[in-house]
Amino acid sequence: MATEKYNLKQEIETVREDCLRPTQKWGRSTQTWIGCLLIVMGWGLYCYIHQLRDGLGVTAMRDYVSWGLYISTFIFFIGISHSGTLVSAILRITKQEWRRPITRSAELLTFVSLLFGGIIPIIDLGRPDRLPNLVLFGRIQSPLMWDIIAICTYLVGSTLFLFLPMIPDMALCRDRLTVCDSPFKKFKKWLYTKMAIGWKGTKSQWHRLELTMTIMTIVIIPVAVSVHTVVSYIFAMTLRPGWNSTVFGPYFVAGALYSGSAGVVLGMAAFRKLYHLEKYITPRHFDLMGRIVLALTLIYAYLNLNEYWIPAYNMVTAEGHLLSDLFYGSYSKAFWTCQFGTVLLPIIIMSIPKGRTVTILTITCIIIVAGAWVKRYLIVVPTLLHPFMPIQEVPGTWSSYFPNYVEFSVTAACLAGIFLVITLFSKLFPMMAVWEVEKGILIEHDKQAAIELRTKREAEEAKIMGKRLKTGFEPLK
Amino acid sequence: MQEDNKQNNKTDRRNFLRKSLITGSILTAGAIGLEKVFPGEKDSGEKVKVLTPDGKVYVASSEHLKEYRPPPVTNAEARKGIANKKFVMVIDLAKCDGCKTCTVACQAMHFTESDREWIKVFKMQDADATAPYFFPKPCFHCDNPPCTKVCPVNATFKRQDGIVLIDNERCIGCRMCMAACPYSTRFFNWSHPDPKQTAAVGNTPYSPEQSVPRRMGTVEKCDFCPDMIRQGKMPACVSGCPMDAIYFGDQNEDAVTNASGVTVKLSQLLEDNAGYRHLEELGTKPRVYYLPPKNRKYPIPDMKSVGNEKKEKKHIEMDMGIMQM
Ligand code: SF4
Ligand code: SF4
Repeated sequence: MATEKYNLKQEIETVREDCLRPTQKWGRSTQTWIGCLLIVMGWGLYCYIHQLRDGLGVTAMRDYVSWGLYISTFIFFIGISHSGTLVSAILRITKQEWRRPITRSAELLTFVSLLFGGIIPIIDLGRPDRLPNLVLFGRIQSPLMWDIIAICTYLVGSTLFLFLPMIPDMALCRDRLTVCDSPFKKFKKWLYTKMAIGWKGTKSQWHRLELTMTIMTIVIIPVAVSVHTVVSYIFAMTLRPGWNSTVFGPYFVAGALYSGSAGVVLGMAAFRKLYHLEKYITPRHFDLMGRIVLALTLIYAYLNLNEYWIPAYNMVTAEGHLLSDLFYGSYSKAFWTCQFGTVLLPIIIMSIPKGRTVTILTITCIIIVAGAWVKRYLIVVPTLLHPFMPIQEVPGTWSSYFPNYVEFSVTAACLAGIFLVITLFSKLFPMMAVWEVEKGILIEHDKQAAIELRTKREAEEAKIMGKRLKTGFEPLK
Repeated sequence: MQEDNKQNNKTDRRNFLRKSLITGSILTAGAIGLEKVFPGEKDSGEKVKVLTPDGKVYVASSEHLKEYRPPPVTNAEARKGIANKKFVMVIDLAKCDGCKTCTVACQAMHFTESDREWIKVFKMQDADATAPYFFPKPCFHCDNPPCTKVCPVNATFKRQDGIVLIDNERCIGCRMCMAACPYSTRFFNWSHPDPKQTAAVGNTPYSPEQSVPRRMGTVEKCDFCPDMIRQGKMPACVSGCPMDAIYFGDQNEDAVTNASGVTVKLSQLLEDNAGYRHLEELGTKPRVYYLPPKNRKYPIPDMKSVGNEKKEKKHIEMDMGIMQM
């Protein structure tokens, strides 16, 4: 019994070690990586300043395609931000034990992609200097206002959702960081102390934390669903062919979950590899996540069918032009690649067990995420190129669209920003929720002990029964 | 009223429009303009030199110089609109010969660049077998405007006189309204306004009613020339149309007038000519009516010369393809 206890302690100690190790040193490769990200962001910032000074005319957008890569990326990032809610909240609610090592990274992904997703519409504004007008003259009737409210709510919610389970870990970091020999370490100590907000691990504190987490888990799911629904409304509330669709809300939510869950798999794969967490994030996790991604891809495929098949059957004039362009026109290659390559193919791959192994699932998820991005673009741009009034006698740059270097640079800078925040986060804080994993081990251990106990008792009972049989009772007559 | 007045100096007006208004009629001093200026006309007043935006200098009598733009109304007033009026436009497609003079007059009035057509003349063909026609399209000033509904800051608004305007001092440039307008009516100021045009605008103070000076990062569109209406004049496109194809007036008075000053009963005009509104099924309730191109007064437009004809044609064939499937 004593050795067992010792083993358990040691196991927990290794967990803590493994989780906190990446936060202790900043290697060469990390520095190079951060440097590269900063260069990309710097160049993006330069392009953005250029855009601020000379107007959105420096992008490829013109009067017909008045929304382009920026708005597509906005929907894509908001979609990715559904990952955290899904994995974390839904798996929490359904008490899935295997979620424990992956919740933190999922929640972080939500928070960061939402942060940058929220910045992009501001980048896309013609007059960012007039943002205060939204408060001064805001109109609640505008779908854009719904977006702003929903995204801000979700941002607050997901910040809490990320922060709350970090409190015990922050206390752990605070207690473990004993030598503060450099200003950076002093800063870290200060940060951990502040973020632990006086966590001592008392019973009442645990109780309160668990209660708040339960409430947050329940609240965050409808908020997340509402966010992507109203994002779809900025399109669905117009009369444009291809946007004016009643399935747009669920279609966007499904698309968000599809790309977001694939994003979680990518996060899992990256941290597993980089921070040597193979022991915790196991092939079993990939198998289970693969099943989830598969289920969500199937739902997404089903909504795609509804979104395209019904209008394609009817071919109403204006929508017919748009659909012809998507099906056999200038966007057909991208469209069919998206439908077959990034929806159907992943479904087939993930349906076979071999397709859910670590490497193959990771590659499949890269395809899914890229496909989801392109699909967003295909929702925004072709519709704008097929208005009700024909496009006649306009400069060539108006009647076609492909993002130019400014848009690509600024978008790349946003993506780099996401990576930078994730990297910095993972270098400061443990990327697995230490206490959650510990708890998992304890639960596992208890289960094991219970099973052992039961088998022991059963054996004993059997022995007794056997004895009884041997001693022999009077056979019943 | 103004209509009778118009009838009398019809020729004057036409000449004036051709010569002065189209070139912008801007003076050295900036915000004063010309009402009636004819170079070389005999008069008694003092001669002054007048500079047009294209660099030509005219000598005109000071007598004929008039305040060109009245001091703009306040923003609050511009948002309210003119009481007891409901402005409507009727475009007779049987008369429009696609000369685009309306577009040019509008561009001169609003100091717009040539590729930006607040009123644009389309060449339309509804089906393969039907005859093509010219289709001038301003902003429809819809009564159920999808564009104003979606504006997050109330920068674009519907007034009591039916006109939909934009306040470019409030617009944040989100372009939600451009996505919402089903008629591709709105334009965005992607870059700094053309310096030549800015110079022509001069230091006119901004009012949503005249839409200038324009600002980078904001939206603009046809405004039905409310500043002209306030002066008892017609919008630039109406008085500029040499075919008398565009009528403008007040629905409450049930009267519309064209460039020649012919005033007709609106309800009668629509009834006699089977007037209709474009894409009625969208439910936007436009304030612009069209009279069908019946007994037209011009040769039918050549659809082969339309820029995107080939693409559109392909679409039609594709549609047929899927229907046979
Ligand atoms: S035509 Fe377009 S811009 Fe004009 S009122 Fe209607 S929706 Fe608005
Ligand atoms: S672009 Fe300007 S006018 Fe149009 S919806 Fe946005 S704020 Fe309103």
